[in-house]
Amino acid sequence: FFYLVRVGHPINYYLQFVTRFYIHFTAEQVVYMAIVGSFPFNSFLSGVLSCVGTAVLAVCLRIQVNKENKEFKDLPPERAFADFVLCNMVLHLVIMNFLG
Amino acid sequence: MGGPIDLPPPPPPPPPSFSLKTLKLKTKQKELLLRVTILCLVYILAFITRLFSVLRYESMIHEFDPYFNYRTTLYLTKNGFYDFWNWFDSESWYPLGRIIGGTLYPGLMVTAAFIYWTLKFLSFAVHIREVCVLTAPFFASNTTIVAYFFGKELWDSGAGLVAAALIAICPGYISRSVAGSYDNEGVAIFALLLTFYLFVKAVNTGSLAWSLASAFGYFYMVSAWGGYVFIINLIPLYVLVLLITGRYSMRLYVAYNCMYVLGMLLAMQIQFVGFQHVQSGEHMAAMGVFFLLQAYNPSIPHRFFLKLKHMEFCWHMRSSCHNSFYFLGWVKYLLSDTKLFQAFLRTTLTITIGVGGLAFGVGMASGYISPWTGRFYSLLDPTYAKDHIPIIASVSEHQPTAWSSFMFDFHILLFLFPAGLYFCFKRLSDTTIFIVMYGLTSMYFASVMVRLILVATPAVCLISAIAVSATIKNLTSLIRTKSKALHIGSSKGNMSSKASSKTSFDQSLPFGIKTASALLLGAFYLLSRYSLHCTWVTSEAYSSPSIVLAARGAHGDRVIFDDYREAYFWLRQNTPPDAKVMSWWDYGYQITAMGNRTVIVDNNTWNNTHIATVGRAMSSYEDEAYEIMRSLDVDYVLVVFGGVTGYSSDDINKFLWMVRIGGGVFPVIKEPDYLVNGEYRVDKEMRYDVLACVRRHSVSHNEYSSYGFRYKLSYYRFGELTTEYGKPPGYDRARGVEIGNKDVKLNYLEEAFTTSNWIVRIYKVKPPSNRW
Repeated sequence: FFYLVRVGHPINYYLQFVTRFYIHFTAEQVVYMAIVGSFPFNSFLSGVLSCVGTAVLAVCLRIQVNKENKEFKDLPPERAFADFVLCNMVLHLVIMNFLG
Repeated sequence: MGGPIDLPPPPPPPPPSFSLKTLKLKTKQKELLLRVTILCLVYILAFITRLFSVLRYESMIHEFDPYFNYRTTLYLTKNGFYDFWNWFDSESWYPLGRIIGGTLYPGLMVTAAFIYWTLKFLSFAVHIREVCVLTAPFFASNTTIVAYFFGKELWDSGAGLVAAALIAICPGYISRSVAGSYDNEGVAIFALLLTFYLFVKAVNTGSLAWSLASAFGYFYMVSAWGGYVFIINLIPLYVLVLLITGRYSMRLYVAYNCMYVLGMLLAMQIQFVGFQHVQSGEHMAAMGVFFLLQAYNPSIPHRFFLKLKHMEFCWHMRSSCHNSFYFLGWVKYLLSDTKLFQAFLRTTLTITIGVGGLAFGVGMASGYISPWTGRFYSLLDPTYAKDHIPIIASVSEHQPTAWSSFMFDFHILLFLFPAGLYFCFKRLSDTTIFIVMYGLTSMYFASVMVRLILVATPAVCLISAIAVSATIKNLTSLIRTKSKALHIGSSKGNMSSKASSKTSFDQSLPFGIKTASALLLGAFYLLSRYSLHCTWVTSEAYSSPSIVLAARGAHGDRVIFDDYREAYFWLRQNTPPDAKVMSWWDYGYQITAMGNRTVIVDNNTWNNTHIATVGRAMSSYEDEAYEIMRSLDVDYVLVVFGGVTGYSSDDINKFLWMVRIGGGVFPVIKEPDYLVNGEYRVDKEMRYDVLACVRRHSVSHNEYSSYGFRYKLSYYRFGELTTEYGKPPGYDRARGVEIGNKDVKLNYLEEAFTTSNWIVRIYKVKPPSNRW
């Protein structure tokens, strides 16, 4: 799920960095859980899924914003970004409820 | 002669008349008006057709399960959401109690409470029971609207209208959503169709907003019904099918990922579902497809099938500017050598698949990922429940479906379904593939379990609507072009050559105008028969509240047996508030809801051993049963007996299930002990001798006390009653025989109450006699 968008575009670097950071963060959480044990399982799950969720949403945003994708020609990037923000808000609300 | 030609003065405008033409609407607006009118009528129709039982009897809750839902909704409206979410109920499953907050699907109750609070806010003072009774028809009407939009997405708005009309009256759906049937399915089918529609819309548009909406729809479905497992397995299967048929697109990636992650998170908020989305085998397919989508390289199928060098070269060229995104593509950019990259590709793929398979295998073997539970496993292997889980096998709704049930519930839709499949295959798109898959899988499950005809109904209605709409459209356009051609041919006489060529061209089409109109009339006739059948089925078969029975009296007048409620209210008013009632698990919910007393077992059937204990008590002799009842602290025993009225689903007919379930846990109870020549009888040929010699009992016992507990409770004092003219006293009308032993004496219980038609009998357990 790394797609090389127009090189040099600043948002591309930001999103690439963000997704790579989230993958690293997820791996760290899994390792921590393996060491400490998974007692508050809901907290572990919410942590892992928040990373995965934001990464996935960021990737979706990049796909939608990229001008070379013919399927998303008609989608204005502002709308894509607004969707992204909305989904992230919902995601984090649910995560906060799930953390316990 | 040189001036301009004077036009004659324009004719005066025609006098206004009440016709649609005076509104001066354009065609598009006329069409919109027509569509809106049809939808409104369908909406009202769906609501009205479910009101038969309210009109005939009264506005009350039907059956067994809805009483539990009603009781919880009552609790929710009285005590608020927080208490409801954390509710521990000590009035059922005595002495174990039940964590209600964590073992129910709250969607239905929250919906009804929400409607109730909205109405209260608008100053409509309705009772919560009315809201509960009418929730299901209201949501059925909403389902028709969703069906319209789904049909519009699938085919065109005409198909949408037909789908809405078909699903409004289809008996398969009505059976579980009449007014009074306050059960999860009433709301769940609406949520199911909504989730599917929103997901299909998300796949078609690829926007995150629609995927978010479908995640919310999925959340609603998870909160409403256990059948959400169908959604979480059908959608990954659909994604797989799209991948295999080469219809992968980024819209699919966006839609599925967003829906899966958000949907899974939202679903885990429901206590009853908990962590099943990551731990249960039934949900693993979704996760597997999620990971598959991340690593999917859409040119892999090409590479497998066309191993040509220049194709690989083209793929190599394309991928640098192509829309195949994958983690490997990024790596490929880094390693600019093809051969090295392909080696890397192979190794990473094998490693990932290996690791994934290993993790899955370890999870299954260690029990961390639980296998498919009994209820769902019996869908894949229908013989499983019969051998291993008698409780599941005993429910009549879980039996395989007969063709007559299909015809009864679907009527003409049954043969319109293959026709619709044909049309779907003619115009294949992402959406039609989805509906074909939904239709086929749901039809398979509907044939395994009668209860699941409900899940197949929306698919069948939609596909049949496609068939109906496409056929009628073709026929009407044929008629229209034919008549237009004739009309043109007749009005322009000097163009006769052209007209004749046109008519000759039209005659080469398969139908003449007469055949087409005949076919059209035939189609309308079929549709009218369908609606007549549906109304008849609704009126006769699906509108009976099982708690109130009706029959025809001797003079043809209607006789109503309200014995159940009579007995429950007697319990409520004449027993101490902490009395415990033992009955078979069918009646548990009703006793707690209406009688307001503690029960030993109820319809939730979560503890098989507890139910087996009750079954054992019902199958043994009175003294053993008394010991079991003392250990359970039972004060009253409730028995349902249909011998006087001919009511055939009473406890004597359910007795063999009690034996089977009891025998499943306590091997001391063996089913052949209760049968004569393999048959179960209550008349003179009962097994006197075997019952007497299997158990050792002391000499002082009266010889009649050796009969089973169930028998004694049902037939106490029955021998003196004359039930039918011309038959001897003690004639059991439900079994059609005269009972064997008429002189039944009870040692440890006394009769407390028998309803006016002897349907429900309540006995009080006597305290142990004073030791002397």
